[in-house]
Amino acid sequence: MSNWKTLLTSAAVATAVFANVAHADTKRIAVVVKALGIGFFDAVDKGAEEAAKQLGDVQIIYTGPTKTTAEGQIDVINALIAQKVDAIAISANDKDALVPVLKKAMDRGITVISFDSGVAPAGREMQLNASSTELIGKMLIKMAADSMPDGGKVAVLSASATATNQNAWIDAMKASMSAYPNIKLDEVAYGDDMADKSYREAQALMQKYPNLKAIIAPTTVGIQAAAQAVEDAKMVGKINVTGLGLPSEMAGHVHTGASQGFAIWNPIDLGYAATMIADELMTKKAEAKPGAVLDMGRMGKVTLDANGEGAMADPFFYNAKNVDEFAKIF
Amino acid sequence: MSLSDTPHARHIPDRLASPLSRALKRWEVLLFLVAAAIFVINSFASPYFLDPWSLSDATYNFTEKAMIGFAMALLIIAGEIDLSVASIMALTSTAMGFAVTLGAGTPELVAIGIVVGLACGAFNGMLVAGMGLPSIVVTIGTMSLFRGISYIVLGDKAYNGYPASFAYFGQGYVWWVFSFELALFAVAALVFGVLLHRTNFGRAIYVIGNNPVAALFSGIRVARVKFILFLLTGVMSGIASICLTSRLGSTRPSIALGTELEAVTMVVLGGVNILGGSGTIPGVVLAALVMGLVTFGFGLLNVPGIVMSIFIGLLLIGVIALPRLWARARRRR
Repeated sequence: MSNWKTLLTSAAVATAVFANVAHADTKRIAVVVKALGIGFFDAVDKGAEEAAKQLGDVQIIYTGPTKTTAEGQIDVINALIAQKVDAIAISANDKDALVPVLKKAMDRGITVISFDSGVAPAGREMQLNASSTELIGKMLIKMAADSMPDGGKVAVLSASATATNQNAWIDAMKASMSAYPNIKLDEVAYGDDMADKSYREAQALMQKYPNLKAIIAPTTVGIQAAAQAVEDAKMVGKINVTGLGLPSEMAGHVHTGASQGFAIWNPIDLGYAATMIADELMTKKAEAKPGAVLDMGRMGKVTLDANGEGAMADPFFYNAKNVDEFAKIF
Repeated sequence: MSLSDTPHARHIPDRLASPLSRALKRWEVLLFLVAAAIFVINSFASPYFLDPWSLSDATYNFTEKAMIGFAMALLIIAGEIDLSVASIMALTSTAMGFAVTLGAGTPELVAIGIVVGLACGAFNGMLVAGMGLPSIVVTIGTMSLFRGISYIVLGDKAYNGYPASFAYFGQGYVWWVFSFELALFAVAALVFGVLLHRTNFGRAIYVIGNNPVAALFSGIRVARVKFILFLLTGVMSGIASICLTSRLGSTRPSIALGTELEAVTMVVLGGVNILGGSGTIPGVVLAALVMGLVTFGFGLLNVPGIVMSIFIGLLLIGVIALPRLWARARRRR
């Protein structure tokens, strides 16, 4: 008897839950990623779910193609348009190829924003960058400065000399160095984003500048190679390796002490902020136009520039305290 | 051959199989039933399925691939294959994008698309039919070659700025919800169906696939037929590329990545023997519909794409394995 009762109760609960989900007030936000099965994007989904919980009346559809192709994302978006979702937040495989289909989505009343890897302005209402060139530049020098209160010499180990992103970040870093008068940048070396070349360049930097206090590598390949070189040269404690790296690759080097900390965007925050913005735009609480200030909940506010782009926050700082938790994610 | 086999071989049935049971054994009928079943299941599973505009949007996921699939079917029936089709699409698209930067208009772009496709097909055909090289090796080579050229030309950049009228091919509608691509798909199906099933050329394709030596001795110009088939595949890839480029409104060297396998999958699922010699165009049309309906149906339910890949993979293995299991079971009986 009691079994029957349990069954009936759970059936009733299930019906209620189902009815609740299907309730007309529930808004659906689709988070479309480059491809499923990527840890970084699974973390984005985690953040989106957190935002949905906070908003209450929002359901997240986390989806994407199996391969990182624009064609695959178009099929996914067509299916989302057919389902009449309320908003789409996408990290694009191709900033141009998705414009026609996303335009169609907007024509049919769907709010479209892009995050992480953006879409050309014609295909979205706004683009949320995880950070900005300026913020990254500031963060790079700050991380090095924090580890050397007495000042001293630092060197940069970059990717290739023609890498657009890295050059912009290094220029931004140089621009904010005036705040640290006792820190001197000796050299910018290039490891071409190859592990072996980066390793040799890091060794050369240590030999050339015996008093070097920090190596700043704004590339995930370079930071790893430099940390390895510092460990192999027994310079841990004398030289701090910092820059932009992935928690899963850097956790070991943080624990040896070769790196006292490094930065990269936080995918959970990014998913959270993107969802908050999508909700705000689809409920018409705000409009995405140049100069608009959008609310990102616990992440603060973002101001859109002339291209409808906004930067979420400083790159997130990872050190011995939190690196293991994120190493599991990406 | 043992003696005991002889009576079996001479067995004459009392009654000929009824048209219905004969029809049911045909692969096309089975595919049609599968397609119908998926259609019905989808309309129950999702309230959004039976919407003419949504269905129209969904056709884009197979029209371009099927256009290539028709030409590929002829090629596979003749015992050859072309794995470079997706790369031909990339090269064609790159050539069109380059022409745009020189100020080409829509008619010129279409001409370039067709000519480049034709040229790529001619190159494959020359190596296979002219020099007698195995097509699988040749087209794996040209697969890298054609896309490689696109990568050299474009690198990490993209061509866009296609003229507004060019968008018609991938985004325009002929009538109501019937898109230009869907109409082109229907016309291509008709043309290839007639070519394969109603002409001497079509008969020659089957003969070559069954026995190229016998075909040669019966006066069929095997090399010429094969060359023409590669030309056709090239042209259809060029046309598919025009549609896809128009639909995306831009060109990147990674365009249409992996399309060759989807086209081959569609052809094999359509009942074309991968070893050559048999298969029909209606089968390929139905396979295109099945793949399109499954992709769209799963998409509506937000089923991860990997499940879709598994489903198509199982379907494909089933297609190859079922007839053999069936034949074995009958022999045992």
